[in-house]
Amino acid sequence: MARAPVLTFTDRGIFCPAGGFHIDPWRPVDRALITHGHSDHARPGHGRYLCTRQAAPVIRHRLGPVRLETIAYGETRRIGGVTVSFHPAGHVPGSAQIRVEQDGEVWVASGDYKVCADGLCEPFEPVACHTFISECTFGLPVFRWEPQEEVLARINRWWAANAAEGRISILGAYALGKAQRILSGLDTGIGPILTHGAVETTTEILRSQGYVLPATVAVTAGVSAKSHPRAIVIAPPSAQATPWAARFGPTAAAAFASGWMRLRGVRRRRGAETGFVLSDHADWPGLNAAIRETGAERVFVTHGYTAVFRRWLESQGYDAGIVQTEYQGDGIDSAQPETEGDAPE
Amino acid sequence: MNRFARLFAALDGTTKTTAKTAALAAYFRDAPEEDRLWTIALLSGRRPKRAVTATELREWAAGAADLPHWLFEEAYSVTGDLAETIALVLPPPTRDSAETLGGHMRALVALVGRPAPQRQAAILAAWDSLGPDERFLFNKLITGGFRMGVSQGLMTRALAQATGLEEATLAHRLMGDWTPAGTSYATLIGSDDPAAAGRRPYPFALASPLEDPPEALGDPADWLAEWKWDGIRGQLIHRPGAFALWSRGEDLITDRFPEFALLANLLPPGTVIDGEVVAWGGDTPLPFADLQKRIGRKSVPKRLLAEAPARLLAYDLLEEGGQDLRSAPLGLRRARLEQLVGALPAGGLLGLSPALPVTGWAALASLRAMARGAAAEGLMLKRLSSAYHVGRKRGDWWKWKLDPFTVDAVMIYAQAGHGRRATLYTDFTFAVRDGDDLVPFAKAYSGLTDDEFRRITDWVRRHTLERFGPVRRVVPELVFEIAFEGIQASPRHRSGIALRFPRMLRWRQDKTVAEIDTIQTLRVLLAGQRGFCTPAPPEEI
Repeated sequence: MARAPVLTFTDRGIFCPAGGFHIDPWRPVDRALITHGHSDHARPGHGRYLCTRQAAPVIRHRLGPVRLETIAYGETRRIGGVTVSFHPAGHVPGSAQIRVEQDGEVWVASGDYKVCADGLCEPFEPVACHTFISECTFGLPVFRWEPQEEVLARINRWWAANAAEGRISILGAYALGKAQRILSGLDTGIGPILTHGAVETTTEILRSQGYVLPATVAVTAGVSAKSHPRAIVIAPPSAQATPWAARFGPTAAAAFASGWMRLRGVRRRRGAETGFVLSDHADWPGLNAAIRETGAERVFVTHGYTAVFRRWLESQGYDAGIVQTEYQGDGIDSAQPETEGDAPE
Repeated sequence: MNRFARLFAALDGTTKTTAKTAALAAYFRDAPEEDRLWTIALLSGRRPKRAVTATELREWAAGAADLPHWLFEEAYSVTGDLAETIALVLPPPTRDSAETLGGHMRALVALVGRPAPQRQAAILAAWDSLGPDERFLFNKLITGGFRMGVSQGLMTRALAQATGLEEATLAHRLMGDWTPAGTSYATLIGSDDPAAAGRRPYPFALASPLEDPPEALGDPADWLAEWKWDGIRGQLIHRPGAFALWSRGEDLITDRFPEFALLANLLPPGTVIDGEVVAWGGDTPLPFADLQKRIGRKSVPKRLLAEAPARLLAYDLLEEGGQDLRSAPLGLRRARLEQLVGALPAGGLLGLSPALPVTGWAALASLRAMARGAAAEGLMLKRLSSAYHVGRKRGDWWKWKLDPFTVDAVMIYAQAGHGRRATLYTDFTFAVRDGDDLVPFAKAYSGLTDDEFRRITDWVRRHTLERFGPVRRVVPELVFEIAFEGIQASPRHRSGIALRFPRMLRWRQDKTVAEIDTIQTLRVLLAGQRGFCTPAPPEEI
């Protein structure tokens, strides 16, 4: 006899009937387990929150006074009829996959993840399970990331070349995760590092948690190309090409760091901006390796190139399904804060 | 290849013309001469014969990347570019290679016609020695369709900077049907040998669209007015030992129009004429569609020669008695042209593009309104004192086209674009109303901004009714104003009509599908265009 599923999919989000909680719900619920602090996963309005100790400060800052409990990576907790634990997802600092076990059957919800260690956040750990709920933002074989050192070296070379020409470098990166990942890889010998307010706030919170990040200067009224020659500015993509960025002069060089920069069409649509291919999501080999290592027989894909990726998984012998979720930006071209935007399907 | 990839990255990384010119000039100074020659060839649209088909490339790439074909095709539909898809899905290279652009191109040319296994082995070996950016370029070189955002004018300017030669001189030397295999950089750039000139055409002078009222052009008496014909711009060359007809795209089209061969006996040697090749209906040109039947084929059957006989309507005389006339004023060139054409048998293969009466701007405006009746697209205005410029030089030559026809129509199918517009839905099929039905009548993919395409793409994703491969049938809801230059009866189309140059003039967000035009509107336009043919074309003067 088939057993009732450990996790179900509802119009509010992923739900655990035996535990009475939701995972990353998009409508208000009583009890929410949160994988990480990005705004499409950690939403306001829930009765109670549970997240990792490392994810909590940013979530508290973003959601204000909410009823929030924390849990350590690997710690187990009994909720109703199930046992839950949180395991590093390698996506952003504090991010987790959530493992739910009911009577020996194990399901894991991945949230967002990447498998390559970025030197800043807790590295991804494969978790053995029967059913794996996976994102697949970059679930196409054209997405294959270069080693991070090479991308960071390229960013530093770009910055140094701009500095030598007397130009300020403005690099677009999401305020939580991508910005700090880049910060931790910058060569501080090149010049000062400036940050947009949204980036500075998150950076300061993470720094006070003990994540090792270089010194940054928040861009305030007195900060300009004159006051900080040779500087690099880390700003959310949405702040680029706005009056805010105008203070760095007409010669400032703009760049954007995202997995979508792998596609020439997307790069070209963004005009003369330089594109760095750097993503906090798993690439094609990463998704395949992660899924393989869970040992799962059944995989549900949530957001990304879901139709293609499911077909691929089925051809590889998995029992695969698609779950409609609201973990979505609004497309490749969105300069949305926090999420990398959803694939076109 | 690495040097060429760096050039490409520099050109691709900027939209500034000065920066592109500088990057290209630096390349023309430093690169090996063979690479320079190939770069000039590629940037001026001289592609070598294809050694490998697109189908073969897909199969070999999917195989090398160990991907099922359906998945490769899905990836292709997202990137929108075959060369890029292949470059991205292949595993990283296992070898280094210092092969130059010229070396790769020579190898590709040598592969033409070889057995498939040999070509496959060579392509796979090349892929395995190139990084993603170089692979992308290599694939582009194989598949053609290679655009680097560099116009021929820009390339010529860069070459002038690198060599110290005059731009106009270079532009002329780069014309014609040379191939990198048949010449060398030194011969192409350095030679001023008249024998090498042979059938080489002059760079075409081009006109700019007239945007201001014509009154801004000053005294009408300073201008020559002609119909703007809708045919193929051509340059007829008759020199000792050489007879050639060139299209504006620098294609040699002599064999497509065998009837012109007779002109070799009629024209004095050392004659070069700029004109418009049209299919001739007796007193006016036939619709462009009739001429088009002749363009697509290598040899012309007798039936077609009779159905769509070609005629050259002469605009200008560029060379007379072997003498380059291009710097002489148009008034003088025109007088010599009239003399030359006047000496030929009347009604023959070569006629004058008539000079229209110029009595004032208002009278010209009324003439322009009658252009469709004369089977023309509008008027050309050329300053009588002007030289025959190289390329487009604003101020002396203007095209004053008719306003296009327009209808309001609803989008019913959408398909993703290519290149810069991959991942956006940009290619649409439009329908007009026929009673309770919607009849598709046109496809268009240009005329909107990137931002509009982005918003429509979002909408398409949310309003898809059905998918057929890459095509989506969508809810008939979005209304567009479709502009086109001409309309023709066409039994091959379900709507019974075919349009010339359809494009989106604007997205009519203020209109609903209830307000679109009907098939009847199009039929009236079609009948009207035929009816227009009754007024006789103006007399030649």
